[in-house]
Amino acid sequence: MRKVIFIVVSIAYITLSFVQCSTDTSKRELNSEESVDSVSIVHMPAMDSTSGLVIDEGMELVKANCTACHSSKLIIQNRASREGWLDMIRWMQETQNLWPLGANEEIILKYLAKNYAPENVGRRAPLEEIEWYTLEDK
Amino acid sequence: MSKRRTFIKKSSLALLSGFVGTPIIFAKNLPKGMEPLGYFDDDVFIIPGKDERLTVLNDRPINAETPPHLLDEEVTSSSLHFVRNNGLLPKKSDPKQWTLTIEGESAERSVSYSLSELKNKFDHYTYQLVLECGGNGRSEFNPPAKGNQWTLGAVGCSKWTGVRLKDVLNDVGLKNDAVYIGYYGKDIHLSQNPEKVVISRGIPLKKAMEEETLIAWEMNGEDIPEVNGFPLRLVVGGWPASTSGKWLSRIVVRNKVHDGPKMGGQSYRVPCESVAPNTKVEDEDMCIIESMPVKSLITYPKSGAIIREGKSLELRGHAWAGDLEVSKMEVSIDFGATWNQTVLQKPVNRLAWQHWKVSVQFPQKGYYEVWAKATDLKGAAQPMVVPGWNPRGYLNNACHRIAIKVL
Repeated sequence: MRKVIFIVVSIAYITLSFVQCSTDTSKRELNSEESVDSVSIVHMPAMDSTSGLVIDEGMELVKANCTACHSSKLIIQNRASREGWLDMIRWMQETQNLWPLGANEEIILKYLAKNYAPENVGRRAPLEEIEWYTLEDK
Repeated sequence: MSKRRTFIKKSSLALLSGFVGTPIIFAKNLPKGMEPLGYFDDDVFIIPGKDERLTVLNDRPINAETPPHLLDEEVTSSSLHFVRNNGLLPKKSDPKQWTLTIEGESAERSVSYSLSELKNKFDHYTYQLVLECGGNGRSEFNPPAKGNQWTLGAVGCSKWTGVRLKDVLNDVGLKNDAVYIGYYGKDIHLSQNPEKVVISRGIPLKKAMEEETLIAWEMNGEDIPEVNGFPLRLVVGGWPASTSGKWLSRIVVRNKVHDGPKMGGQSYRVPCESVAPNTKVEDEDMCIIESMPVKSLITYPKSGAIIREGKSLELRGHAWAGDLEVSKMEVSIDFGATWNQTVLQKPVNRLAWQHWKVSVQFPQKGYYEVWAKATDLKGAAQPMVVPGWNPRGYLNNACHRIAIKVL
């Protein structure tokens, strides 16, 4: 029994040290602007130059069916699960004259749910993209 | 808003939970232009009659908001007032040809007024009125809500001139069963189908008969900009701005709650009983938003100010509370642990925003956030976190925060 507890505690200790270690690394990385740049480049997907949409399978169908009525900006600023995107499509079909999408619906849904998926931002996100400037004395 | 989402990818590792569970960020200097909108926004989208510093959320239909520091004026300039369009602009028409028809099952008769008849027949009134989009702040809801991802600036308080809606309604005559009015405008449906009405919302008769509810043709002493409803619109201060119909051509007096497009379903409605995040709510369990909640903005300084240690900082902004008045305005520089009362002015007229100012001193060098909290006459205050989740992301009146660095 005592052995088991010892093993559990050891594992917990090792795990904790590992978590702490990786947290320290990320702090260091994010304190340097260069690292932030390289992190963001990794995350930046290729964009279509005319619509700003992420280039991926299904993009042309999205352009053809969605931007006939509204700007691609409306898509790009939204985030939803597959179910959420489907809800939006149904709402547009019921109230906004969107046509039936047929077999393309599945491809469009896949594209949207993959490239414009929600992220958990908690109850309130930190202040973002602060543009620092020196406030002159009056 | 897309901003928060690209940002969160890069910064989630750098979050540190502070006291009262408030996240504090210390990765301060992120590179600019990271939001997806920025990638293809090199050729700036110019909106007729509008300042190019507005943040364009959508160019078809046109939707643009005002960064908070550009709302510093006591009266919002027409060029800086936000734009929320549901459809396409009507063709600019000759105001001499414009008519407004009042009719409906609870109107005594159907009457059409030309603009000059409206101007000549009724007394003119000018009020400063807060117009705020019901979805202002939507970008912060989690899980996200569909629609334009407004951040802070879908609000403004300009000076509107026109005639009182109640004077016009009384001229037409109301039947005893009149309870609601609805508007129709001349904007064009996105599908370009002329049969389709873009949006036709309304207000209960009680709100319609208030002194400050206007049929307006002037904004800040001039013609209303095209995107804000030229030549004629309703202005219903303190209620979701979608009740202030633009390019106004017809008002119907109803014997029931108006049932035009975007009155029903999930639009401009919130759960009658509060729900847990991500709950699917049936249409019949949704209630129409009426008065907007208490809210405030810090309009000076712009977020991101770096000041020298020992210098005091003058802060100012506006506060408003839907149908009510704001009774108290406070700021915190320690993440809500303590609050400083500000000097709060009375509104110039009912339903106008109120100006506040305060001088604060930071105790030592470091990263600070100024948080702003208004309290209305009934004691309701702004929450520090995002308030009750609702399917379409309305009514986020969480406190405004700006970042300050003391060196």
